[in-house]
Order: sequence, then structure tokens, then C-alpha cells
Amino acid sequence: MTSAHTRQNPVPAAPPGHRPKPGPPSGAPVKATGAQSLVRSLESVGCEVVFGIPGGTILPSYDPLLDSTKVRHVLVRHEQGAGHAATGYAQATGRVGVCMATSGPGATNLVTALADAQMDSVPIVAITGQTARGMIGTDAFQEADICGITLPITKHNFLITDPDDIPRTIAEAFYIANSGRPGPVLVDIPKDVQQAATSFAWPPDMHLPGYRPTSKPHGKQVREAARLLNAAQRPVLYVGGGVVKAEASDQLTALAELTGAPVVTTLMARGAFPDSHQQHLGMPGMHGTVGAVAAMQRCDLLVALGTRFDDRVTGQLSSFAPEAKVVHADIDPAEISKNRTADVPIVGDCKEVITELVDAVREAGDPVDRAEWWQQIDSWRETFPLGYSWPSDGSLSPEYVLERLGALAGPDAVYTAGVGQHQMWAAQFIGYEKPRTWINSGGLGTMGYAVPAAMGAQAGLPDTQIWCIDGDGCFQMTNQELATCAIEGLPVKVAVLNNGNLGMVRQWQNLFYAERYSHSDLGSHKHRIPDFKMLAEALGCEGMRCESREDVDSVINRAMQIDDRPVVIDFVVGKDAQVWPMVPAGTGNDEIMAARGIRPLFDEDEG
Amino acid sequence: MSRHTLSVLVENVPGVLARVSGLFSRRSFNIESLAVGPTEHPEISRITIVVLVSDQPLEQVTKQLNKLVNVIKIVELEPDSSVERELLMVKVRADASVRSQVLETVQLFRAKVVDVSPEALTIEVTGDGDKLDALLRMLEPYGIREMVQSGSIAIGRGPRSITAAAAR
Repeated sequence: MTSAHTRQNPVPAAPPGHRPKPGPPSGAPVKATGAQSLVRSLESVGCEVVFGIPGGTILPSYDPLLDSTKVRHVLVRHEQGAGHAATGYAQATGRVGVCMATSGPGATNLVTALADAQMDSVPIVAITGQTARGMIGTDAFQEADICGITLPITKHNFLITDPDDIPRTIAEAFYIANSGRPGPVLVDIPKDVQQAATSFAWPPDMHLPGYRPTSKPHGKQVREAARLLNAAQRPVLYVGGGVVKAEASDQLTALAELTGAPVVTTLMARGAFPDSHQQHLGMPGMHGTVGAVAAMQRCDLLVALGTRFDDRVTGQLSSFAPEAKVVHADIDPAEISKNRTADVPIVGDCKEVITELVDAVREAGDPVDRAEWWQQIDSWRETFPLGYSWPSDGSLSPEYVLERLGALAGPDAVYTAGVGQHQMWAAQFIGYEKPRTWINSGGLGTMGYAVPAAMGAQAGLPDTQIWCIDGDGCFQMTNQELATCAIEGLPVKVAVLNNGNLGMVRQWQNLFYAERYSHSDLGSHKHRIPDFKMLAEALGCEGMRCESREDVDSVINRAMQIDDRPVVIDFVVGKDAQVWPMVPAGTGNDEIMAARGIRPLFDEDEG
Repeated sequence: MSRHTLSVLVENVPGVLARVSGLFSRRSFNIESLAVGPTEHPEISRITIVVLVSDQPLEQVTKQLNKLVNVIKIVELEPDSSVERELLMVKVRADASVRSQVLETVQLFRAKVVDVSPEALTIEVTGDGDKLDALLRMLEPYGIREMVQSGSIAIGRGPRSITAAAAR
């Protein structure tokens, strides 16, 4: 091993010979280049880490970045990794994640990460270099209209044409990214703007006449929601990622315990409410628990908090929760009644909404008796608990691996996941007790998200154990960032559930395409290409392999002992394991199958 | 599907028109007409969009428009309580033998001749879509050589201003 594994201080000491610039009196403008103004702005806005790769048009800004004692730069291997790392950092810490890239291909490589952050409402700021102002539009070398390209996949973007605008634009970008419904903001800065002489002053005056996010809910609506909640015979609290973003978990627990209503947490909200809580029915949706899906289908009141009635939750919209009245609270007015008409719309920040709702419920008196509802729910839960069977071919069960990982790493670890079967199993079989301990790509479904997101989370939480749960398909998309992790002292732990296939694709081909496995076998079993253990070692990580049940605990324990470099465990698991329960795409949630051929709600109606 | 006229007040900055029109095009709504121009406040521009769409998707696109950082305000103008106008310029074949008949039509529609040559007249007219169509039907027999038409612009009736509050 090399000596590259010593963790770097997030605030590196000034290099020898570096003369600190005299600090200006607060607010007074000082002379600076555009690039210096950018770095000073990032420092002033509180940015502590930037994930990026330098290149032609962003080089002017990388020069003063070398001198910054406040901003750590993590040199990634691909700009997509920078973008996802910024997202992972933001999801783990609640602070704005920052990535930086050059123009043209550097910027276009950020596109997937920006779309991902947009779909999952994650606050990140991307800073890109651009061709010099005079050359924009001439098809100059490495020119791409990144503002045009990212227009529909960012919350907002800026092209800075005047160096004097840099501090204001950076302040606005961070404010827009992290307020209201959070989201990605891109700031594109032409090379000559970075080189131009300007002045820097902080704080700048923001000018956003069209941007006025509403956070305070309407009192009358909240009281109406409380009235419905107390009167409902069969309520469900349908909790989404907005509760995590609003840091409203404590308020949610108070509301749940006050009302005694069952709680479901969506894929984006795992951890918002403790999995161990008696009132928690688990995750709803396509691969949700029978208890959660059935309770939503049969409820008479859905209280939707910071969630958006995504198609993966509702299934066929026309048959979703047919008897339910809907209270819908969200900070984004455009989400209310977008998919399902709300009877009581509430626009506001989830923390404020739930706080006021708790008070209003208290004032509204005692809720009705719901013993019968809980009896029904408990019977679903007892008859159809989450479970799995061991593969008949004797191979390792992926569900078991995650069950053990959750038990051994515990609720204080942070888990990231890519997209596919491993993601669903990780959402199902690991117990989440705290918000921001589950980080995944929900809306966009970005394969390859897990490794760079774990890297970002580790950069934000250096003392927390970060477990990256990945599939062999996802892992092969972004594993080069493990080199970054090894060199930058970010000792993430990777559990690759290696079933040799694009597992979720294979599952659909098994169920819906007559077992015709068209191009879903990756060969990572058959040929052991790549050998993940050797690949890990080549990337500066500790590589391990586990192929049997007996070794699962010991490899996980061994991995947890290593904190001077990243660890990759190649869990060789069976290819035939499937994610259950499942609502087949396009059908109604009543069609939920607890396992192949078992339809609890359908059969219940028949009986 | 019904016809809706939206007045959108936006910051006068580059790219804002692409942001606004992008929200319509991604939902494959066809914009029937679009007009952009300055307002009495130099920092605010006004976009008038006429779109054929049913109410529910329109509400969604309006909410999405409201989310755009550069959009300051959106008002839907109802036909009964607003005045809507388009501008048309049309070049009609009109030699000496028919010129007086064409000029008669121009007068009838309270239109204006803005250019004249031995073979053709260029006529300018403002009005709502129906009036413009009627004029074109009358001119058609003489031979329309070229025409250009603006998007609709519209303003609410009565003393109230939608820009007054927005400028603050």
C-alpha cells in the first residue's frame, strides 16, 4: 500500500511561501480578478468542499482555489462523480453541495447529476467554465451551451457576463438552491470574466423579484386538516422526502404519536420516521410492504407531507387510494393537485406545517377510536411481513447480506445505494432510525449514483461510517471514484451485491418478457470480469470477497475495522432472487403481489 | 380544449423567453401566439401567450411558470374583461384598375396604407383575430403577395394595473 491513505485535513494548512492576503474590513470592496472574486464568494457563502476537475476555461478559477484555506477541493475522476458527490454531500449534511467543471464535455458530464438532483430536490451548485464572451456562439473549442442544455433540469441557472456580478450571483445561486423546494443551480462563467479585473464585496445585495418561496402555511387549511385527521376512521400519514429536507422528523413523531395514525415513508423519506416505531408500516409503492400499500389503498384520509404522489407510489392513479380524502402539504405549490386532487391543499415548509398541525390537532380534541383500523393493519402486517427465501441453488441471498449489514453497521451509519434490485432491498431490509442516513437516487433512478454519493457523504461526515450498497451493474458505471476516495482519505465501504446481471432488468424479463434475458447478463459471474476484489485493490482499496452465508458477518466486521482506506466487498449472490412485494408497472395498487402469485388485497376481495 | 391568454411579467434578462416557452414545448402544448415587449418599467418585460389547452394542464403549466425564478407574475386575461389586439401588415396586388376598390376595403376596416407602388399596396391593420381574418378574406381576390402578423397582445379593462405591484 502507498502512503496516500492518510486522511487529509479538510482545512489544509497554507502552503509554504504563501502570503495570506490582508483581510478587508467586512463589506468594503477590494480589488480582485473574477476568479478571486469567485473563490472569495464561495468562502463567504460557507462552501467547505468543492468536487471538480480543472480544464481550459475554468483554469483561472483553479489558480486562487489553490490558495484557499477554507475551501477544500476534491479532484474527482469524472465530472458525473463530482455532481453526485455534491448531491451525496448535500443529502448527508443538509448543506449545499458544490461541483466544478470546465466548459464543453466537463459541463455536459454534469448533466446526469444535475437532472438527478432536480428530480430529488437536492441543493447543489454547479460552477462551470465557459468559452470567453467574444467566442460564445462560434463553436469554439470545448464550447457547449450548458445553460441551454440544463434549462429544464435545474431549478435555475446563470451565465455571468459581467465580473462585477460574481458575488451577487453566487449568493443568489446558493440561496435559490437551498430555499423553498431545494434544487440544483448552475453558474456558467466565461473564461475572460474570470480573468477580468473587478472588485469583491460581501455580502452582496440579492435581486430576485420573481422568487418568493412560501414557507408559512395557511392557518385555516391547517385547522381543516386537523379536523379531518381527528375525524378519520382510517387515516395514513404519507411521508416524503420533504420531511427530511425540512428537518421535521421530531415534529412528525409528535404528530404520529398524538394522532395514533399509521405512517408510511417513501423511498426518499426512509429514516424520516424510525423503522422500529410500532406505527411505522414501512415503504409504500411498487416494492413497498403489503401493510403500507394496503393501508393506503383502504384509508379514508391520506395526509401527504412533503411528497409528490409519484407514479412509483400511486401505481395506476385512477385506482389509487379510492376512498381517501387528501390533505396535501408541500412547499412547492405546483405539486399540489398535480397528480391527485387535494381536498385540503397546504403550501408550506413541512416543519412549520407539521408543527402547526400538531397544535391544531391538540386544540381539535381527541381523535376517534381506531382500534378496528389497527386490527386490520396488524393482520396485513402479520400475514404478509417483508421476507425472502434462500435461493434454491445454494447461492448467497442478497437480502440476507443487507439484513446483516444493517444489523452490524447499525442505524448510525449512512447508507447510499445505486438503482435496481440492490436499492430496493437496501430500502427494505436495512432498518433506518434517523433522517439523512439513507441516500439514493429516487426520481431519476440514476445507476452509478452510489459510489460518488458515498464519497460526497464521507467528505461531509468524516467521522461517520458510510456504506455504499451497489449492484455489479451500477458499480461498473462509477467505481473509478474509489481512486479519488483512496487518495483523498475518504474511507467509504462498498458492498457490491454481485449477481452477474442487471438484476432488476432480469427480474422484469423473468416476469414480463417470458424469461427472455435480452442483454442483461454482464458476465461478472460467468467470466469473473471484472474481478471486483482485484479491481478494488487496483483502485487503492481493500478488496474482499464473500460467497457464503458463514462469511457474511466476518467480512462486514473486518471492513468496519478498516478506516485508513476504502473497502470493497464483492458479495457473490444468486441471480434469481427477486424484489417482492411488487405492484406490476401500470396496474393498480390492489394488484400488489406479496410474492409471485400471491395477491393479498385481490384475494381478500374475492374471499 | 379552450383558448387562454396569459400575461406573463418577467425580468428583462437574456434567456427568459426560452425558459417560458420551454415549459410549453416539453408538454407539447402548441403556443398559438406569443408576443414580447417592454413595459413602463425598464427592468420588466411582458410576454403575452395565447395557448389552446384544457384547464387542468393549464393550471399545472401556470404553476410551473410561477416557479421560474425570472417570472414575476402571471395573469390570465379573460376575453370579457380585457382588450386583445393583433397587428397585420399585408401586401396586396393592386394596380390602377382595382386600387380604388382595395382602398375602399381599407377604409371599411379602418386600416391604413403604409406603402404604395404601381402594382401593390401595403396595408396595416390592428384588431382582434376575427377582424384580421375578415379583412384578409376581402383582400384575397386581389392577390395577397406577402403578409406578416404579430402575436396577440392584451390588457385588462378598467383602472387596475398588473405591473404596478410587480415593479416594487
